[in-house]
Amino acid sequence: MSILVNKNTRVVVQGITGKEGSFHATQCKAYGTKVVAGVTPGKAGQEVEGIPVFNTVRDAVKKEQADTSLIFVPPPFCADAILEAADAGVKLIICITEGIPVNDMVKVKRALRGRDVRLIGPNCPGVITVDEAKIGIMPGFIHKKGVVGVVSRSGTLTYEAVHQLSTLGLGETTCVGIGGDPVNGTGFVDVLPLFEKDTETQAIVMIGEIGGDAEEKAAEFIKKNVKKPVISFIAGITAPPGRRMGHAGAIISGGKGTAAEKMKTLEAAGVKVVKNPAEIGDAVKKALGR
Amino acid sequence: MNVHEFQAKQLFAQYGVPVPRGKEITSPETATAWANELNTPVFVVKAQIHAGGRGKAGGVKITKDKAAVAGLAKELIGKTLVTHQTGPKGRKVHRLLMEEGANISKELYLSILVDRDTGWPTFIASTEGGMEIEEVAAHTPDKIIKEPIDPAVGFQGYNGRNIAFALGLPGIEPAVINPFVKMLGNLYRLFMEKDAALVEINPLIITKEKTVVALDGKVSFDDNGLFKHEDVQKMRDLNEEEPLEIEATANNLNYVKLDGNIGCMVNGAGLAMATMDVIKLAGSEPANFLDVGGGATKETVAAGFRILLKDPNVKGIFINIFGGIVRCERIAQGVIDAAKEVKITVPLVVRLQGTNAEEGRTLLAESGLKLDVANDLWEAAQKIVKLTGKAA
Repeated sequence: MSILVNKNTRVVVQGITGKEGSFHATQCKAYGTKVVAGVTPGKAGQEVEGIPVFNTVRDAVKKEQADTSLIFVPPPFCADAILEAADAGVKLIICITEGIPVNDMVKVKRALRGRDVRLIGPNCPGVITVDEAKIGIMPGFIHKKGVVGVVSRSGTLTYEAVHQLSTLGLGETTCVGIGGDPVNGTGFVDVLPLFEKDTETQAIVMIGEIGGDAEEKAAEFIKKNVKKPVISFIAGITAPPGRRMGHAGAIISGGKGTAAEKMKTLEAAGVKVVKNPAEIGDAVKKALGR
Repeated sequence: MNVHEFQAKQLFAQYGVPVPRGKEITSPETATAWANELNTPVFVVKAQIHAGGRGKAGGVKITKDKAAVAGLAKELIGKTLVTHQTGPKGRKVHRLLMEEGANISKELYLSILVDRDTGWPTFIASTEGGMEIEEVAAHTPDKIIKEPIDPAVGFQGYNGRNIAFALGLPGIEPAVINPFVKMLGNLYRLFMEKDAALVEINPLIITKEKTVVALDGKVSFDDNGLFKHEDVQKMRDLNEEEPLEIEATANNLNYVKLDGNIGCMVNGAGLAMATMDVIKLAGSEPANFLDVGGGATKETVAAGFRILLKDPNVKGIFINIFGGIVRCERIAQGVIDAAKEVKITVPLVVRLQGTNAEEGRTLLAESGLKLDVANDLWEAAQKIVKLTGKAA
């Protein structure tokens, strides 16, 4: 088993004729993912590496039964693209695009509320279920089939953790990048229960960073609901306060948002927090008693 | 992106949010000319820098004497203000806002930002106007009022009434309730239409004449939304930004200057932060945050080197790349080419992992450049700390 995506997932790539879109659609397909369609308005009838291109997501769903969308559309048009995918009936939307205006995401998130669709991202590396489906921009070859579920707000830092897990022979089940934007579709608390339920996943790696209170919410959830060992690294213990986060931002989270605070809260919830990102793999190994 | 108070107030006025009559001043002469036109019993001269705490630092002057404004302007322009937000170096004043004084009856606090937890724009209000809102939140959290706005329908009258009654406005001045609610609606429109990240008024005052006025104003914008707003882009004041950060932005690099000695160049924001953390764990301090992004090329690496080396604190450079989309051999070639253009005078440790890491490391090893190559993150961090003279 695995979570979110598997070998039966049928992917439509929005923005497939762009530079990023065509490169990564090809890479995903080469990994073994069922990339069944692409969408670029006005380019129906073309093909990208044997993948048929449609004008609309609706057509891609109708003709190729796509159930998951992977989005590479540039920021100004991305809110539109996410809503198009949701409206066309796909169940999972994975948005890679970085740089979507926050207030666009505010409206998108509101519009998706109560609908039978999950958005992952934006500004994320995507989702990979090892040896089954790579739906994103992560380098497939660093992954190894195994027992650890990974959920992270970062891209390359996730690769770092995955590389350690693979090198130590532990391997991964599914890796989920939830993205680094302040308003996103899926949080730690949405992914953690999926890993807890997944029979193949034996331990969970959670990679957080400064800002917001997603890690604090996760800590609360873990304390009550997660029996599997959770190993966490929080980036930004050396990050200066007040950069990037607005003046009043700290109020909303009640003074929470620093790496130190997040680590403390997670530790109190029984999470193994590692201070050194080079030791994530070792900590998992130890937690699994290997 | 932040803007000055006078620019925030221009936007307020444009959206029907009442502000004192005022104007940007850049010389004693324009100060006198505007004072004559303003013709008010009290003149307020405020230094315009992108930092709070200006009043305590002597950046705000009040006078009843029209003849004195030129002197005050002369005193403030060119002065360096040190506030709790500027750091010890302070910030030089280039422009002023001169406006009419107000008869304050009550000071309030008001702001809008997106609550990351719910993803909804949210008003924050408090009766404790003029105070640092973090202080209020820490010591008297019950005095913080939050009103989330449903983005599907936008601001409604009841949202405004919720805030007005929670602030106790009927007891303070019932006459201002309707204009207050209307003003909140206008601020919400400004926040959404201009892609603001924060709109803050502290203090928002009720005057003795029973009007509501934004006595101060702070607006910062979501950088990702700037492409929609040419008028906002024009408000950017490069005097207020770190020169190295401006250069980085021009080269599509994400750079934040810090105070340590080890410059770092990393791909990806999370890994860049983790690299800073690892430098500290190894016994030193990072000189910066630098994310070269997904599309790093020879040009971006060269620009990264130039920026790192312009910081006189930098005693060593740590390049940490985990190749995903970016192929390591491309980064390695970038380092080699850039090193030919930019004279690298400090120790350099390059750690490559991921896509084509082996090829990258071989390229570097055979380049004849004076540098250390590493596979492992912790090993690399210890190496650069040792080379810059601090033991782990």
